[in-house]
Amino acid sequence: MKFIDEYRDAGAAARYARALAKITTRPWTLMEVCGGQTHAIVKFGVDELLPAGVTLVHGPGCPVCVTPLELIEKAIEIASRPEVTFCSFGDMLRVPGRSRDLLSVKATGGDVRIVYSPLDALATAVAQPSREVVFFAVGFETTAPANAMAVFQAAQCGVRNFSILVSHVLVPPAMEAILSSPTNRVQGFLAAGHVCTVMGFEEYEPIARRYRVPIVVTGFEPVDILQGVYMCVRQLEEGRAEVENQYARAVRREGNVPAQDLIRRVFQVVPRKWRGVGEIPQSGLGLRDEFADFDAERRFGVAHHTEEEPTVCISGSILRGLKKPRDCSAFGRECTPEHPLGATMVSSEGACAAYYRYRRLEADAAETHG
Amino acid sequence: MCLAVPGKIVSIEGTDPILRSGTVDFSGVTRQVNLAYVPDAKVGDYVLVHVGFAISTVDEAEAKQVFEYLRQMDELSELDPDAPS
Ligand code: SF4
Repeated sequence: MKFIDEYRDAGAAARYARALAKITTRPWTLMEVCGGQTHAIVKFGVDELLPAGVTLVHGPGCPVCVTPLELIEKAIEIASRPEVTFCSFGDMLRVPGRSRDLLSVKATGGDVRIVYSPLDALATAVAQPSREVVFFAVGFETTAPANAMAVFQAAQCGVRNFSILVSHVLVPPAMEAILSSPTNRVQGFLAAGHVCTVMGFEEYEPIARRYRVPIVVTGFEPVDILQGVYMCVRQLEEGRAEVENQYARAVRREGNVPAQDLIRRVFQVVPRKWRGVGEIPQSGLGLRDEFADFDAERRFGVAHHTEEEPTVCISGSILRGLKKPRDCSAFGRECTPEHPLGATMVSSEGACAAYYRYRRLEADAAETHG
Repeated sequence: MCLAVPGKIVSIEGTDPILRSGTVDFSGVTRQVNLAYVPDAKVGDYVLVHVGFAISTVDEAEAKQVFEYLRQMDELSELDPDAPS
């Protein structure tokens, strides 16, 4: 496929790896922010091409993984109502709630549907005016334009039986939360390319300056990621801390302005809880008051429910780059993609699921032979 | 979740800027895509599509830069005499 296959070229990847080995004089720890990048790194073995001292730790960039337990519980409560058709991206159905997940709501007769786009949920609402159609609006900045558009069109067309359960999170505040933690070990970032496609990268410039940390906007294919690592390590070796753009074929400095305009029209910045991390101020989006009619939390009276997180799962430390999936005692034992204990085992972009899928056999082999 | 896939616009329908949509071809599989956020995109352009929305046009010249950068690096350091494939 054009614009994909050429960035998987093994020769180009090997040349970036060699160039990287040449400029690396010291160990460096970098974080790839986005779960899509984590998935590609583990799948293609990009980390195995890096020089010995260069470590990639996996970041918080999987919206499925960071959606807090209380929102899953709210989703389950709303989806269980007889008058509701609950629409969601497929990944969210397996995320464990306190005692069950959305898939079990569906199995016991709930009208829970997997959709590809929020516009599909809106179309369902138009087609079935007697049902309350709710869309589970999870995502980072990448998905916000789509969810904003669904609400905006619903308002324009007077669709009264449509609402969204909002779990929108923002990347820069999470990066700052990681950098300002006393246990932080991240020295450079590969910023999430598709988030920057929408938002641009001006908002990362003050972060790079304040924390003296290089930030390289990076794509999702192996050659992209290796070039991103190369650019980041070169800055570290030269003592620079700037924002650079590896993913210029898709990302412009100012981002997608019409998309940002509609996001701002429909949403406002609010504090959000992140699963395993806790509340981060100004780290998410919620509907503006003029669109409050489309807020499923208000419509179904679940706005004030809170839930404590369970303690077995160390996904919070994994999402902050402090631990790797194999450090978890439940990994591959009590916790598998069939029976996930934490959200990082559910989504294909969660670090635990990526390791389980591509690295479990190696780990077993290492244990038996080593 | 933030997956976005490049595809080629084969037709554009709708004049209302909010409802502007089109057919996008992903190596033989076509899909209806909302084009409201890429007002300048034309038939034949490649766009990155995420959950039914084009969020960016792919810049063909910039797309080659990844390999150009590698070539320049090779030249500077004579890292690898092979030309880019
Ligand atoms: S392996 Fe399971 S329990 Fe352990 S951190 Fe990952 S998701 Fe949580």
